[in-house]
Formats: sequence, structure tokens, C-alpha cells
Amino acid sequence: MRPDSAPVPSPGRRAFLAASGALVISFWLPLAGGRRAFAQGAAAKPVNPNAFLRIGKDGSCTVFVKHLEFGQGVTTSLPMLVAEELECDWTRVRAELAPAGAEYAHTMFGMQMTGGSSSVVNSYDQLRTVGAQARTMLMQAAADQWKVKLADVRAEKGFVTGPGGKRLSYGQLAEAAGRLAVPEKVSLKEPRDFRIIGKPTRRLDSMEKSSGRAQFGLDLQRNNLHTALVLHPPVFGARLDSFEAEKVKSIPGVTHVVQLTNGVAVVAKNYWAAKRGREALEVKWDLGSNATLSSEALSKQFRETAQAPGGRVAKKAGNAEAMKASAKTLVAEYEVPFLAHAPMEPLNCTVELRADGAEIWVGSQFQGVDHAAAAKTLGLDPSKVKLNTMLAGGGFGRRANPVSDYIIEACEVAKAVKVPVKTVWSREDDIRGGFYRPMYVHRVEVGLDAQGKIAAWNHAIVGPSIVAGTPFEGMMVKEGVDPTSTEGVADSPYDIPNMQVTLHTVNPGVPVLWWRSVGHSHTAFVMETMVDELATSSGKDPVAFRREMLAKHPKLQRVLDLAASKAGWGSPLPAGRARGIAVHESFGSACAQVAEVSLDGNNVRVHRVVAAFDCGLVVNPLTVEAQLQSAVAFGLSAALHGRITFKDGRVEQSNFHDYPVLRMNEMPRVEVHLVGGDKPTGVGEPGTPPIAPAVANALFALTGKRARTLPLDTMRWS
Amino acid sequence: MHSSRPIPIPTESMPKFFVNGEAVDFRGAPDTPLLWVLRDNLALTGTKFGCGMAQCGACTVHLDGEPARACVTPASALEGKRVVTIEGITKTSQARVANAVQAAWVDKDVVQCGYCQSGQVMSAVALLRKNAAPNDADIDSAMSGNICRCGTYQRVREAIKAASANLKKKA
Repeated sequence: MRPDSAPVPSPGRRAFLAASGALVISFWLPLAGGRRAFAQGAAAKPVNPNAFLRIGKDGSCTVFVKHLEFGQGVTTSLPMLVAEELECDWTRVRAELAPAGAEYAHTMFGMQMTGGSSSVVNSYDQLRTVGAQARTMLMQAAADQWKVKLADVRAEKGFVTGPGGKRLSYGQLAEAAGRLAVPEKVSLKEPRDFRIIGKPTRRLDSMEKSSGRAQFGLDLQRNNLHTALVLHPPVFGARLDSFEAEKVKSIPGVTHVVQLTNGVAVVAKNYWAAKRGREALEVKWDLGSNATLSSEALSKQFRETAQAPGGRVAKKAGNAEAMKASAKTLVAEYEVPFLAHAPMEPLNCTVELRADGAEIWVGSQFQGVDHAAAAKTLGLDPSKVKLNTMLAGGGFGRRANPVSDYIIEACEVAKAVKVPVKTVWSREDDIRGGFYRPMYVHRVEVGLDAQGKIAAWNHAIVGPSIVAGTPFEGMMVKEGVDPTSTEGVADSPYDIPNMQVTLHTVNPGVPVLWWRSVGHSHTAFVMETMVDELATSSGKDPVAFRREMLAKHPKLQRVLDLAASKAGWGSPLPAGRARGIAVHESFGSACAQVAEVSLDGNNVRVHRVVAAFDCGLVVNPLTVEAQLQSAVAFGLSAALHGRITFKDGRVEQSNFHDYPVLRMNEMPRVEVHLVGGDKPTGVGEPGTPPIAPAVANALFALTGKRARTLPLDTMRWS
Repeated sequence: MHSSRPIPIPTESMPKFFVNGEAVDFRGAPDTPLLWVLRDNLALTGTKFGCGMAQCGACTVHLDGEPARACVTPASALEGKRVVTIEGITKTSQARVANAVQAAWVDKDVVQCGYCQSGQVMSAVALLRKNAAPNDADIDSAMSGNICRCGTYQRVREAIKAASANLKKKA
């Protein structure tokens, strides 16, 4: 993204910035022959050009985006936060992706990363403050020049104006402003005074992405850049026994064949030669203990475990004996499969080693973790490694790997071959490469009292832990419970007096990872189909039943009512169509969805989805609407078709023909209704959890059959 | 040809074809898919790699005016053919339609991650060239070969209709 090659800041400088929590505002002054950066209370040396804002002498305002842009629109929404306070001309605002750097740490998680639907949330105060500080400095520079008080000047649309019609552009003031100290305290606007935040604002990257000019990681061009494809073990955990590379080396264009920790890399002058080379590799593997892994056996094992005693207690409220006193009990088992993220841009990472260090280009959600892992793998001091964030063609969690698999692999290749190399995954590598949303089984037993109200709820969850064995384990796992396995159940907002949730963590040897909405991707399906079943089994309307049980949660009640009313809940539908509803809270936001479905043979058709969404203060309504459409489409892909299965230790799927995802002809019309609020909460993920249960509940209304297993296309509906 | 890459030794044949109006002498392996000729030899990276088996449409180009998947089109099948990529589409006889499509993409705020959008735009231009006023079924049929994992389909549909309306207005 950046045409210039910025020097790597020294660790001392980085440490200072991280420790002090200082904001850095830089004014880039090309005509002055250099760059200046100023931090609170710090001398301006050494120069660090990597900051949040650069105002050019031409008046252009460049915002450095610390988060990965992979569809969610941060290269528009984050500049909007700066611009709101900067009072600049929006048409002069540009965005650039920031490289890896401690000063770009997530304000809540302490390292640079993108995830948890938190890019806007954690930047909201930080970037508005940057804008206000810069505006104050520009105003002060003008006041100094005119020898008037700061209170006598105003900032508007990229100009500072003063008494007697005095007027200077931000570009004219940038150099002088850059010499001033950054004001320690600035006041921020009240939301009612916002001119940019909250206004539908078109993305800044539309044209470059519609014309093929946007450069993703895979598009990077460098001198003498080679391409590597890695042959991974056919079974997770298998080890290389031996390999024969003679035939590979005879393929024109192939330059190296090298053994890695987890496979064999074929390096070539281009992708096609590397691919043909990899096909010619003869490899013997020691398949190890996973050689007999099968989804059928896992399903059996998980279901047995769900009924077994033990497990860790994730929640215990009220009296566990209440079940016995119930008038009626319902028991149901649910199963959801492993899921691949399958972002459109296959994983890739480019590494260039030089005498004085290394440079890396990658579309990563975890710059902080990946930068450290790369330095360790390359045997270099982190200060000698520059990691550039590239645009990423989707990610959905796959590019946020605590163990940095594809970055470490690329570094191993580069270290071995000592030429600039881009490691590229094929789609087959991606689908079969692990780090899936885990498979889970839930066993739910619910006791109802004589009035049909929930008296007791016992819930067992069986599945692998996402954070076990990663650096996040110590921080996140409490009393043996990985909250990413139980979120959405253990913290259910429903008014359930006696509830017990237990977690059985099992490890079938399949690498697992967070997948858009993480635990909520399966817990919402289970909770919302079960609650629906309880409503219908006690003869109550599914909306009324939920509303009653959410009396203490007005935020959820509001979206439930809004979605129901906008969808015309209860009004007649054409023959062969039915509605279903679901409501769920995740990442601080509440979302209710009503799905309208029909069946075409055994094919489920989703015609319309009405979504009501409370994500607090809406920064860019156009983006929030797009993210809801996106979250529904992503969740629907999984609900209708998504599953990764194993047979004889091998993944049975390989590409989009056998791991189908939603296409244009399956996309429902999604109508989005926003609630609004005082502070922003999560946007990217909370729209995904409700769609699977909303569709499943609609299918029940249509057919009388309850889906307890995903994907829905494994059921016989007609 | 991309200057930084050594040209592989000629093998069986040297297919000659045209990319965005310029003659290309390709001397690599004849089974090399057009996708990798474009990306690795010509540095035209607007055409994307998504699946390698004509499943996702990210590599859609126009071959003698028809939409085609570059990932399964071998160089050996290109003799004498005219290839137009996303980089060249606004400089061809399709410019009017292509400009309208791109303008509608911006106006409707279609893109998210953007990776599939070169292919979406190429498929949409091909559709509108043949059918100036496509209905929903026409759009489903022409666009269902282009996968978007961000799920921009609804806005793609709206943008195609907007481009169609704008072209009609200006016609």
C-alpha cells in the first residue's frame, strides 16, 4: 500500500509509546525534506513516521488504519472518526493501512489485532482524540501566526479562519502545527453535533476495488519474487517420513524443494510451475494416530460424552434438583460440524530476507502475534523485521491465528531458499488446511412447570477448545472452561431460574479456530431453536414467549419487537411459505432476524430476512447495513450447506464444488433496521448467529420438523 | 512480458494471442492457465485466483467478447484470441457499459473485501451487453457463477439494475 519504505522504529521508541499510551500525530512534510513526529512529552527523535494522521502541504489528510481491511470497511469508518473532530474536507481524506507497530495496539487487547467486532469500538475515543488534537494544533499554529488568541480562530472544512477574514488552509498550516506540542487534553463533540459520524458515507475504496487496482497480499509484485506451494500432511498430525524430489526438479521453473516443520515446499518462478512441481512430489508420511479419524466416530463419541458425568461447570444457577419437580421435560441433542472459513483470497504471505533484516507482506488480523512469530522463526530481533499489512480478501477469523501457521511456514520457506518468496495456498490447501470452527454436540434437557414456563435447564456442550494450547489459554480459560465454547449459553439472557451448563472439552486432533461470531455461531442455533420448540410445545407464540422471558433485557426485547413488526409477524403469507424468528446478543450488540422460507423439493429457499440491530451508535449506516447483509449471507452458507467431514483421517471436502457456499441465486433480500445509541458496539459478527435458528424455526413452521443438526441440507424436508 | 521474470525455455508451441489489445508471445508451459499468464507473466493482478477450477468466477475475463474463467483456460487454447481483463475493460468497445457498471458499483457501495469484485464486474458487463434490462432471474443466471464470501449479492443486484437504468437513460 505504501509507496515509500518507512524505516522500522526502534524498540525503545515503540516501548515508550506502548508504555505511555501516547498518541502520535505526524505531519509529513515532503517539501521540508523530512518527516516530523511528536509524542506527548517526548523529544522528536528518533523520527517515527508511522502514526495515525498525516496532513500534507497540499491539504490532503491521510489516516493510517491500524486494523486489517478485509471487507468490514475500516478504511472508511476509522477515517470518519478522525475527520469528525479534525473538521477537514472529507473529499481530501485518504486511508492507508498501517504497518505492524506497538503504537497501533488495540486499545482494549494491548496488541495490534483485528477481531471481536471491535475495530470501531476500540478506536472510537482514540481516533476522535487524534482528530481533535490535530485540529487544535492547526488552530494554534494559525493563532500564533496571526498573533491572536486560540479562542478567536475557528476550524472548518480544512481551513482555519480568524478575525478580519483571515484564512489559512490545513496544508499551509501543517508545517507550523507539526512543531507544536500535542495538547494533552482536548474536548470531544457531543453526538448531536456530529456532521460525519452517523451519516451514510460511501466507502473510500470502491473504485480501486471495482477496477482491479486494489492490491491484495496475493497481488504483491517484487523483483525476483518466487512462488512456493507447500504439500501439507494428508492427516492432521502426520509426520514426514521421506520424500523424492527428482521428478520435481526436472519441471521447468522449479528452483527449490525444501522440507519444513509441517510439510514440503516446492519453490518456483511462478505459481503454475510450483503447482506442477508439487504434484510430482513423492512423499511418504507417518500418518500417526489420526489416520482413522472419522466424523461418524466423532459424532458417536461426542454424543456419548454429552450424557456422561463429569465435565466442567460453566454455569450453575438456582437448584439443580428443580428438574425433578418439572411438570414436563424435553430432551434434545444438537450437532454442528467443523467449518472452514474459505475467504475468497487464499492465504498467502511474502517474505524477503535482506542482509539487515526482513520484510513481510501479509493480510493479517494478528499483526502483533504474527510479527513476533516471524521474527522468532527467522532468528531476527523484532526490530529488524518489518511487517506490512496488505488488503485481505476476507478472513472471518482465519487470518487471526494465535499460532501464526501460514506466516511461520512462509518464513521457514524464505529462510531455507534465501530468495524473495510468496507462499500461496491453493483452495484445496485452504479447505483441507484445518483451523476450523470446531464441531460440537449439545445435549439440552429442559423442565417446564404446569404453566409452560421454564423451570430448569441442564445443558451439556461437547467439543474442542479454540484457545487451549495457545498463548490465550492462560488469559481466557477459567476453571477449565474455554468461554468460546459456552458463550451464548452460559450467559443466556433468558429468565431461567435453575440452570446448569457443563462443558466437556475434547481434543480430536483437528486444528480449530474462531470463525465469524465464534461460540455464538453454534450456541445461538441451539438456544434459539430450543426456545422456539418450548414456545410451540406450550402453545405460545414464539415472539410473545421470548418477550416474556426477556423482561430484564429491554435491548433484546426492542430488537425482537422491531424485527417482528417490520416483518409483519403473524400476517398471512402465500401458501408454501413460513416465517421463523431468532434473537441473540453478541459482541455487545443485539440482533433479531425474521426469515421467510419455502421449499423447492428438498432445497431450502430463504426469500427475505428482516433484521433489527442494536449496535449502539452507528458510525456509518451504509457499512452497518452491508455488514448485516454479509453476516446473514455468511451464516446462511453454513446453515444451508457448510460442513467439513473426515474419513480415514482425511478431510473429505476440497473446493467450492463440495464445500458449497451461498451464491447469488440463494441470497435473500435482507432488510436492516437500526436502533441507534450513545456508544458503538460490535458490528461485523452479531448478524451471523441468528440466521441459522431463524431459518430452522421457519422450516419447522412450514414442515413440523425440527432441525437439530447443521447443515440443513442434510435433512429430509419433504 | 514482465521484465523481472526470466522467460522459460520454449516448449511445444508459442501461442500468440492478444491481451487488452496487445500481442502476447507466451513461451511458458502450454498448459499454463491464462490466469497465471496474466498474473505471473504480465503482472495483470486484477484478475484473481479463487479456486482454480471454474467454481468461483474471481478470474472472469472476456475471451473474444464472452465471459470465461481464466483459471481453466490453458494458454494453448488461446491462439489468435482476444483477451480483455478488468484492467482493459474500460478501454474497449465495452467502455460505455463498463464505466456504467463501475459507477453503479461505487454509487451502491457494493464492495466489501473487494477480492471477487473484478470478476463480478466482468460478469456484469457481459450480462448487460447481451441483455440491457435484466430481471432478477437473468441476474441470478448470469451472476451465480461468481462467489462473494462477503455476501455483497444484494448490492450487486441493485447496482446491475442501476447501471441498466443509467445506460437506458443515456442511450
